[in-house]
Amino acid sequence: MGIEQKLGNMGVVTTTLEQAVNWARTNAMWPMLFGLACCAIEMMAAQASHYDMSRFGMELMRASPRQSDLMIVAGRVTRKMAPVLRRLYDQMPEPKWVIAMGDCASCGGVFNNYAIVQGVDEVVPVDVYIAGCPPRPEALIHGIITLHEKVRGEKFISKA
Amino acid sequence: MEAKLQSVVQRLQERFPLQVEEFRGEAHVFVQAEHLLHLLEFLKTQEGFEMLSTVTAVDYWPQQQPRFHVIYQLLSLQHNLRLQVRVPVNATEPVLPTITSIYANASWREREVWDMFGIRFQGHPDLRRILMPQDWQGHPLRKDYPLGYEEPQFTFNFEEINQRKPYAKE
Repeated sequence: MGIEQKLGNMGVVTTTLEQAVNWARTNAMWPMLFGLACCAIEMMAAQASHYDMSRFGMELMRASPRQSDLMIVAGRVTRKMAPVLRRLYDQMPEPKWVIAMGDCASCGGVFNNYAIVQGVDEVVPVDVYIAGCPPRPEALIHGIITLHEKVRGEKFISKA
Repeated sequence: MEAKLQSVVQRLQERFPLQVEEFRGEAHVFVQAEHLLHLLEFLKTQEGFEMLSTVTAVDYWPQQQPRFHVIYQLLSLQHNLRLQVRVPVNATEPVLPTITSIYANASWREREVWDMFGIRFQGHPDLRRILMPQDWQGHPLRKDYPLGYEEPQFTFNFEEINQRKPYAKE
């Protein structure tokens, strides 16, 4: 009983509230304008015309955490940056999601030392991890689509 | 060594007790801490070394006497000369006088040396950490500071590390 079957001449579409809301959330998921290292360059490339994330309703990178739904942690997080990152995450309104982009954000990457947080999941809850050093824009877009799939399956009860 | 630099070093040797090493045409001047301020004052006012390029340090651990060398890299714009002043610092009491009264830009450099090597600068106006968080323990660029922080997570030890990894709460 999806939208597809009902697109006749009937003038009425039925769906569930969950589906409608999740559809809206996935198709206008605004990321935060927030880059930490070289991964941010690939994030910019994914944003620009060649890869064009606006195909997925992500043409806006919001410079304010108050207006963004998605935090893409693009780069290594130092121990000094970690409280700032957590604060930005706390300032984002619900519902919010986090992508750990690249090896450094996922697990510390090559920087196993005193200065770098070994995986940003120690600071914020991560939904999708993207491998690569840095991941190509295709990989980032794949990660975002994976997140969209996850969001489409979200139930209101479990989220609350 | 260039003739101009040679004459500067010669004049220094007449005034201060110091050792000189040459490396690829550059002069490294070794001086004890008690002569440091007079030497730098002389270099700045009399020899035209008006610019302090950097202050840094080396840790020669496990050697203890001296454990550190603090390095002052000077530049003379008017004579186009560079000079390195090295001060040995012992492990038991890593303290040097500050040179902020001579070169004002030494302030942040000395804070960095304090942060990374734990060498105190006596008389510094604001000796706080500059790179690491304020509540950090230890001085990371010391040779006896532990290098790694966490064990890398591979396939064979994934579960073991996963259990004690401090994951963030929602």
